[in-house]
Amino acid sequence: MADELMPRSNENGLEKANESKAPITNNEPATFFKQLLGFWVTFRTMFQKVNTVQYPEVKEPTAPRFHGRHQLNRHPDGLEKCIGCELCAWACPADAIYVEGADNKPGEQFSPGERYGKVYQINYLRCIFCGLCIEACPTRALTMTNEYELADNTRGKLIFEKEDLLGPLRAGMVPPPHPMYPNTTDANYYRGEVPNAHPSQGVIKND
Amino acid sequence: MTNAELIAQDPGWIIALKGVIIFAVCVVLTIMAVWGERRIVARMQMRLGPNRVGKFGLLQGLVDGVKLALKEDLIPKAADRIVFVIAPIISVTACFMSFAVIPLSGEVNFFGHKTAMQLTDLPVGVLYVLAIASVGVYGIVLAGWSSGSTYPLLGGLRSSAQVISYEVAMGLSLVAVFIYSGSMSTSEIVEAQNQWWYAVILFPSFVIYAISMVGETNRAPFDLAEAEGELVGGFHTEYSSLKFALFFLAEYVNIIAVSALATTLFLGGYHALPGLGFTEQWLGGWFTVVWFFAKVLLFFFIFVWLRGTLPRLRYDQFMQFGWKVLIPVSLAWILVVSTLRVMSQQGSSRFAIMSFTFAVVLIYFIVTTFMEKSKKQLQEAAIVKDSAAPNFPVPEIPNSKDRAEQLNG
Repeated sequence: MADELMPRSNENGLEKANESKAPITNNEPATFFKQLLGFWVTFRTMFQKVNTVQYPEVKEPTAPRFHGRHQLNRHPDGLEKCIGCELCAWACPADAIYVEGADNKPGEQFSPGERYGKVYQINYLRCIFCGLCIEACPTRALTMTNEYELADNTRGKLIFEKEDLLGPLRAGMVPPPHPMYPNTTDANYYRGEVPNAHPSQGVIKND
Repeated sequence: MTNAELIAQDPGWIIALKGVIIFAVCVVLTIMAVWGERRIVARMQMRLGPNRVGKFGLLQGLVDGVKLALKEDLIPKAADRIVFVIAPIISVTACFMSFAVIPLSGEVNFFGHKTAMQLTDLPVGVLYVLAIASVGVYGIVLAGWSSGSTYPLLGGLRSSAQVISYEVAMGLSLVAVFIYSGSMSTSEIVEAQNQWWYAVILFPSFVIYAISMVGETNRAPFDLAEAEGELVGGFHTEYSSLKFALFFLAEYVNIIAVSALATTLFLGGYHALPGLGFTEQWLGGWFTVVWFFAKVLLFFFIFVWLRGTLPRLRYDQFMQFGWKVLIPVSLAWILVVSTLRVMSQQGSSRFAIMSFTFAVVLIYFIVTTFMEKSKKQLQEAAIVKDSAAPNFPVPEIPNSKDRAEQLNG
């Protein structure tokens, strides 16, 4: 699996380029017949494998740590990790992130603890995919996926809302808002001590 | 019957039909050539090239043409409107006209008439092609001038200077062919190559023609007029839409025309490869057309190959090469060829001819050796010169005291 995910560029990429980086020892201009060898180079290349990837039909995996679209992650019980602290927005050099935090109501939590991100927007017309927001995030709520197909035909569609960015609800999760896991604090959530949702939190998704 | 006699009997409708066919073939070849060139160059660069429109992207050229036609047709305010419109028309007309004298086939049955696929056969056919090619230069120079802008003017001047200088070398390279075939008519030159192609017996002429035809058509590595980094788009910078399409068409038809002329004069025209003469009878003689276009496409492939391989020349190097190498060499070659021709016609002994040839080869080696030596000396002198002060004016280097005064006031 890991091998499959390696980008193909290594085939003709840096390693190969370095191989041919022998030091140039001869500064004399090549003789006329040596220069003619250039024609052989282009002719021979015609019969070599092409580097083109037929993109829309054939999609090659990106590098494993490719900076693609962002994702807002969830705790295992379905609560959002984002606490609306705006550190990502402050870290952003392109001013692409807008966050509005709000207070959690006890029993109808969106995230563990006091605050959650009520509005979360990333403007992909401004985002430069530098990843500083990911470094800034204190709860590991914001990460980046490998998805790179981010073209669209209006500006509005390229401002992603919270719904567009949130990770999917998986089996064992309860869609927020719902109470926190019984007898836990936000600290238990951050330490990863909440393995999955408790029946008292609501209807558990199971597919 | 010779081609000239066959063509002389053509009724009017056949002449008209041939004209239409030549036009259609040129346009279709251009469209396919654009596609072919892009595909071949792409393969040379490990790419695929256009492969989206139609099977293998075959319709790419057609679609590009439609796109060009649908674009907005701009005429700049500063342009001379009439000349601006006429220039591309001159350019494209001249290119098509040179095809009139190219024999595309031998004797064939054309709707019940015995004729040859050649529109007309002039006794001075090749001169006519050269004359028409120089009319085509007007298209370039007028386009550059009438655009009312600096870059097109410079590009137009460059192109015309280039085309004119390489036309000299081209004309000189053809002289040897005239001397050997004893005719300037294209069909007779083809017939004269029954035994040996002139590409073989007049090899230096062939090489000079091949080089100058690339210079003539403003193609890489001699595409200085389109040096994007220096001149934007050259003479057609201000052109758009159909007028640009006409220049585009002219460029490619010109390539095909010079390739066709090269085929006719040096590669035996519509004749089959030596040893495959029996194929000329296939399809009632129509198979000669296949041979002709196979040779033309070979030349076209070489054009593309050059473009994929060589970097663009500097303008002064290019002009030096044309005037100081190609023209003197072809002049000397003509001298040798005509001497040999006269000697053999006047019945000189084989010994005299052989010794003359030997003398020429000897002189060639002596001259080139001396040239190499002087070149080396010049290079060494240049190295010494480089290490001394530069030979162009440079601002004075202020000494440290003055500098300190300047800075501290």
